[in-house]
Amino acid sequence: MPPFPLPISELLGHNSQYIVYLIIGFAFGYVLEISAFANAPVLAAQFYLKDMTVLKVMFGAIVTAMVLIFLSTAVGLLDYSLVYVNPTYLWPGIIGGLIMGFGFILGGFCPGTSLVSAAVAKLDGVIFVLGVLFGIFAFGETVQYFEDFWYSSYLGRFTLPELFGVSTGWVVVGIVLMALFMFWGAEQLEHIFGHKDLSKEPKWRYGAAAVLLAGAFLVLILGQPSTEQKWSQMEETEAPRLANREVQISPAELLSTSYDDTLKLILLDIRSEADYNQFHLREAQHVTPEQLPELAVALHDEPANAIVVVMGNDEAAATEAWRTLRAEGTQNLYILEGGVNNWITTFADDDFKTTNSITGATDDSLAFTFPTALGAGYAFAAPNEKAAEGLNFTPKIQLELKRGPGGGGCG
Amino acid sequence: MTTIAKPHVEQPVKETTGVKAESKAKPYVHPYLGGILLGLVLFSTFFLTGNGLGASGGMNRIIVWFEDMVASGHVDRTAYLTNMAGGTANPLDSWVVFVTIGLFFGGAFSGLVHHRTGKFETERGPHTPVKVRWVFAFIGGALMGFGARMARGCTSGQALSGGSVLSVGSWAFMFAVFGGGYALAYFVRKLWN
Repeated sequence: MPPFPLPISELLGHNSQYIVYLIIGFAFGYVLEISAFANAPVLAAQFYLKDMTVLKVMFGAIVTAMVLIFLSTAVGLLDYSLVYVNPTYLWPGIIGGLIMGFGFILGGFCPGTSLVSAAVAKLDGVIFVLGVLFGIFAFGETVQYFEDFWYSSYLGRFTLPELFGVSTGWVVVGIVLMALFMFWGAEQLEHIFGHKDLSKEPKWRYGAAAVLLAGAFLVLILGQPSTEQKWSQMEETEAPRLANREVQISPAELLSTSYDDTLKLILLDIRSEADYNQFHLREAQHVTPEQLPELAVALHDEPANAIVVVMGNDEAAATEAWRTLRAEGTQNLYILEGGVNNWITTFADDDFKTTNSITGATDDSLAFTFPTALGAGYAFAAPNEKAAEGLNFTPKIQLELKRGPGGGGCG
Repeated sequence: MTTIAKPHVEQPVKETTGVKAESKAKPYVHPYLGGILLGLVLFSTFFLTGNGLGASGGMNRIIVWFEDMVASGHVDRTAYLTNMAGGTANPLDSWVVFVTIGLFFGGAFSGLVHHRTGKFETERGPHTPVKVRWVFAFIGGALMGFGARMARGCTSGQALSGGSVLSVGSWAFMFAVFGGGYALAYFVRKLWN
């Protein structure tokens, strides 16, 4: 698994991790200040095309970070699925953005820059911060009246490569080209409206642009790692866990886990829909192998006590699904030992088993017939807790450290 | 723009060039250099923690913390607030609060070492009375704060962070901010020019 991002709350402890965020914030504030962002007239000049500092700093930062992020993911240093990508709520974002645009031109700051301005003892910055606090307070008190809108047009973790249907590399190259074009345009505007002498602009900016563009093309050439590549990177540590049967949990352990209120159990049934309709465990959701990579992204949002169990008729298909989900970063991931067949063998009554078992069923196919396709309607789809009593098993479930962004959304 | 040191590359400070009030103030760095440095901070944040940067989120939680102190019952009954501060939950127990606190001190430190810390003066357009600037600063701030929560992030948390990790919503947001600014700029040009 890519080593970054680090599980810093586990490495440093819950409270000590905040030291890292203090340092990050300190660097953030320092850089905003040296970039003139504490200075409202400089920021406002952006909107009169005289001084395009805001655009240059913002887009400069975005493209720099973007190229470095996707180079890191391309070489397997950083796990993109563990990077927080702001979920898209399209219209609240656009309306909120427009309101912020109005606030920007009226007040001359955005929230972060006004804090820096207040920090360098500018009175307009202090008053703006008070305004921001009032606006935030007003939002918190009124959001209940337009909550439907605030939660509307939700598209989840939705990225530009998905929107345009092209690879990440092309999007990165495209954005870098767009940014370079905007920088060029911004300089022309500064020349026209701000009467700036462009010959005094430093020559190193051409070099920086070339490095940036080279980085973007490197992202394109390297490509983002496929599920197979991600698996091969972790195979050394993960394959032995499969071979040593550390992740195959017995039906009895699964049953007793399902009665453990401190854990959230997610059951993934990867068999054919026909088999699923014949019989499946209660609470099991049907997924196709094609859905797994997308599902892995959604599983990152599950709490740290979520246990994911994949099951097939036997173990072959389930093991394949386990590899895919594991490669995509799913944690606390297990396989039902012996699959649904073993579950039925363990929990169905003897009558059912003698009348309905298929002798010589092929590998990984359903070893029982069902008089009617009741799905989870059979009693043994959700046996009583007592059914696990007297069944010996070695507990294998151990919670892993939760990695990834600490609870998302900033602002 | 008349009394402000224009951002340009680090050069020996010329005491006489256009900088009236803050003659010792060092010039700002070149915007492209600022952008690259900000990009490095942003990248390091994602690389180490998986989170992006933020500012208004921290201010939000500080406000909710105050609300929780004076009207705990009200916070517990309001769905939006109770997510952050319901029952015994401490709204300050979040990474973004510490980024916001660090942001303030980082800015203050840079202002001090570069001799740019003011004396509570008001920066404004050349023809804007101080009190008018204050009123608009407050109104602008209020709109910013409200809009930032509506959009689930401000320029830092949405535009910078979401933009660099290619979130569709963050890019739509970013164009909306610039669109809103440019749409209104002409009508308030006397404020700044």
